[in-house]
Amino acid sequence: MAISKEEVKHIAHLARLSINDKEINSFQEDLGEILNYVDRLKTVKTKEKENVAAKKIFNIFRKDKFSAGKPNHKKKNFLREAPDRKDNFFKVPPVFK
Amino acid sequence: MNFESLTIFDLHRLFKEKKASPVEVANYFLSRIAKKDKKIKAFLSVNRKKVIAQAKKAEENFTKQDKANILTGVPAAIKDNILIKNDITTAGSKILANYRASYDATVIKKLKEKGPVVIMGKTNLDEFAMGSSTEHSAFYPTKNPHDLKRVPGGSSGGSAAAVAAGECLFSLGSETNGSVRLPAAFCGVVGLKPTYRSVSRSGLIAMASSLDVIGPMAKTVKETALVFDAISGRDDLDSTSFEDYDVLSHEQLFGRDPKKLKIGIPKEYFPKEVDPGIRQRIEKIINKLVNRGFNVQTVSLPLTEYALAAYYIIMPAEVSANLARYDGMRYGLSVRAKKETNILNTYLNSRKDGFGPEVKRRIMLGTYVLSSGYYDAYYTKAQEIRELIKKEFEEVFKQVDVLLAPVAPSLPFKFGEKTNPVDMYLTDIFTSPSSLAGLPAISLPSGKINGLPTAIQIIGKLFREEDIFILAHYIEKTLKD
Repeated sequence: MAISKEEVKHIAHLARLSINDKEINSFQEDLGEILNYVDRLKTVKTKEKENVAAKKIFNIFRKDKFSAGKPNHKKKNFLREAPDRKDNFFKVPPVFK
Repeated sequence: MNFESLTIFDLHRLFKEKKASPVEVANYFLSRIAKKDKKIKAFLSVNRKKVIAQAKKAEENFTKQDKANILTGVPAAIKDNILIKNDITTAGSKILANYRASYDATVIKKLKEKGPVVIMGKTNLDEFAMGSSTEHSAFYPTKNPHDLKRVPGGSSGGSAAAVAAGECLFSLGSETNGSVRLPAAFCGVVGLKPTYRSVSRSGLIAMASSLDVIGPMAKTVKETALVFDAISGRDDLDSTSFEDYDVLSHEQLFGRDPKKLKIGIPKEYFPKEVDPGIRQRIEKIINKLVNRGFNVQTVSLPLTEYALAAYYIIMPAEVSANLARYDGMRYGLSVRAKKETNILNTYLNSRKDGFGPEVKRRIMLGTYVLSSGYYDAYYTKAQEIRELIKKEFEEVFKQVDVLLAPVAPSLPFKFGEKTNPVDMYLTDIFTSPSSLAGLPAISLPSGKINGLPTAIQIIGKLFREEDIFILAHYIEKTLKD
């Protein structure tokens, strides 16, 4: 299935990827080829919404109890990786103008 | 002594008899890595200080009564998408080039508690485990120890090459589709892709969460089984991990009669694209098994040819969601102007500079198949086919206990040989169905063709790793006959 340059740009925006003209061309070609390959699935008969795995897989939750202070999960170990921070918070550029 | 040629069991005996010490062995492997890895490049990082500290701890456990066990002091290598606290963990990506892990993955905690094993270092991989050759690593490709012009397979290429080159005795890789089995096959080592949910993924950098699983690699089946036993089991930190299931002890496991297992040969796994040498090798093994009285029958799994296509919808969909977390806000590469006024620029530029082409390709593809108007045509359809593939396996596993097949259609290929993405993806054609169905499978060396390793695959029922181990161990022994 072919995919247009406009679609490539739109998807890149949705995926928060900044891409240049060269990449637009190569993604257009690659994605088209991959979609072409996966199109064979259309020939397989499936019952409508027969799916899905998600219905059968269930989470096994741990007991909801206080577990802070476990040496493996200290706050400072997470905050130290922050590109920018203020006190115990991640500092990020403005979201709203 | 050539410690690299020993099994874990041999080494343990030497430790117990005081014929070798963990520190001596750690130093031996450090200098072996220094010498061999210049060419092979299996490792992304080796932390000498930590290696020696762990080896000393292992040594203490041997001097104290009853503190040591079979894994104490055994040199291991860990794929660099598994977190080790305070060590750089890159996932083979520039976006995590300077990321120091905040905590230990559960499998690492287990290996530190059991033993401790001596972790020699972190091994190379395709960026975020996306690839079949390690050529997509943001740092450098790993070479196949059997032929430096050829790829080691991927994505756990570093982990497989490290075992094959004798730079450790076992390693951990991870698999989403073929990433343990393929490099194991290309490097001539044993690699297990365990049942989905049998090993905790807490601390494994996520790629596609309905498929990801951590798996062990070693020189022999028994060692692989030993490591699997050590890392598997229920973990509160992974809500998908399953309750403990009975893993038989070694004596129980390998004392069982392999001939009680019914073997199926799925005819769809032998299309004409399979290298004739690989096919011949498997046929020879099948004939041997038949001659020795095994129950072998041909079975059919008609949806095999659709599995890779379904995988290339489901996996990128999950990738696009999982990799949204790399936004330059909390960890990893953050590209932001000094007085950045718009957060969107940081998202766009961090991801542009941080991700390589294959990762971007999969994020794009995943975003596309999940986008409005295409969701049902692609994602829903692929999930429906995934269900049918599972059902197909369930039916076949009413007739047989295990399936025997090739791991890959070809022998290790040369660097740069597969430039087209779809060509590269086709390498995983025989691992896709079992990955989608969550089934356990092993890649077992079956000798060499023109100096290059070849392998067979044994696929088992859900949570029946033991069937796989028993048959694999039998084949491993009989191949030597």
